[in-house]
Amino acid sequence: MTLVADAPASGPAPEAPIEAFTVTLIIRRFDPDVDEEPRWQDFDVQMFATDRILDALHKIKWEQDGSLTFRRSCAHGICGSDAMRINGRNRLACKTLIKDLDITKPIYVEAIKGLPLEKDLIVDMDPFFESFREVQPFLQSNTAPPKDKERIQSVADRARFDDTTKCILCAACTSSCPVFWTDGQYFGPAAIVNAHRFIFDSRDEAAQTRLDILNDKEGVWRCRTTFNCTDACPRGIQVTQAIAEVKQAIMRGKP
Amino acid sequence: MPENSAGTMTPRRPAGTLYRGREGMWSWVLHRITGVAIFFFLLVHVLDTSMVAVAPEAYNAVIGTYKNPIMGLGELALVGAIAFHAFNGIRIILIDLWSKGAKYQRVMFYVVIGLWVVLMLGFAPRQIMVILSEVSG
Repeated sequence: MTLVADAPASGPAPEAPIEAFTVTLIIRRFDPDVDEEPRWQDFDVQMFATDRILDALHKIKWEQDGSLTFRRSCAHGICGSDAMRINGRNRLACKTLIKDLDITKPIYVEAIKGLPLEKDLIVDMDPFFESFREVQPFLQSNTAPPKDKERIQSVADRARFDDTTKCILCAACTSSCPVFWTDGQYFGPAAIVNAHRFIFDSRDEAAQTRLDILNDKEGVWRCRTTFNCTDACPRGIQVTQAIAEVKQAIMRGKP
Repeated sequence: MPENSAGTMTPRRPAGTLYRGREGMWSWVLHRITGVAIFFFLLVHVLDTSMVAVAPEAYNAVIGTYKNPIMGLGELALVGAIAFHAFNGIRIILIDLWSKGAKYQRVMFYVVIGLWVVLMLGFAPRQIMVILSEVSG
């Protein structure tokens, strides 16, 4: 009895059919042409444990109700299009697996909070990107790089802002912030994270400008350290930590 | 069942379900509630203490009206609110000023709760005895 002789005979063990579950999703719908108020609608879908909420939304849209409206692009947690509130917490639909949810109860899916609702799971992201633009999220340098060379940066200097380079601008953090819900003027965690990414970049020379922008009534001091943003971030960025570092930089007067 | 509490909200800003935050968010909610409650206490407290300037008898009369079981329970709640607000306030200061504060915020929250329980275990039995003696006597 050798492995070579044995293997083709028995082959791989016959696979048990993968178990499918009936999952109930209750989705907060809103059609501005018809509805005065958003309304809840429930759908039953057959799902596998390894499926994601995004797959459930696709199944509903493709097989049950084509009018269901939501954003998604890459579907793999990179583009940041499908942030939504799943069972009361901001998550990316494409990174939330059915097996990680309690499917004995219905799953509530609704749009992120604090931004104007446009339709179903889609909100107007303009105020969010407006705050992002205001912190000047791009490298600014008044000096030319060394001739025929890139700007050199030490490993330690790069590590200082490594965490905040991971942002995908999905708005899960900003729309999880209780301060942002009631005060839309607040820059919000995402804008501060992207400011942090350049404030602590040793190659950048406009840190002081950004610190001045964020040293505002609606800037970093609005943060009440609820840690909702840190919990919501699909990239695992320590958002509240980054905001605290910007607060400390403002108090020191330098990054 | 729908938890739609958006009855009076405009369609553009729906409330939806209650956001399920963790320790950080609920400690912030408690901090707000206790903060507002303490503010109203201080308002009354400044007024009753200022009665001393009017007349010692007036002050004694006002303070005398507090000697009843309802105010006794109020004092219990007041000590609870101030203790939480104070301990959680230190936690928030550490989050802002200590470089590892954000990392240990959850641990610090449970330390706050622990300290609060110890403090209340010391205070509550004594205060309840005082309230009961007011009821019986």
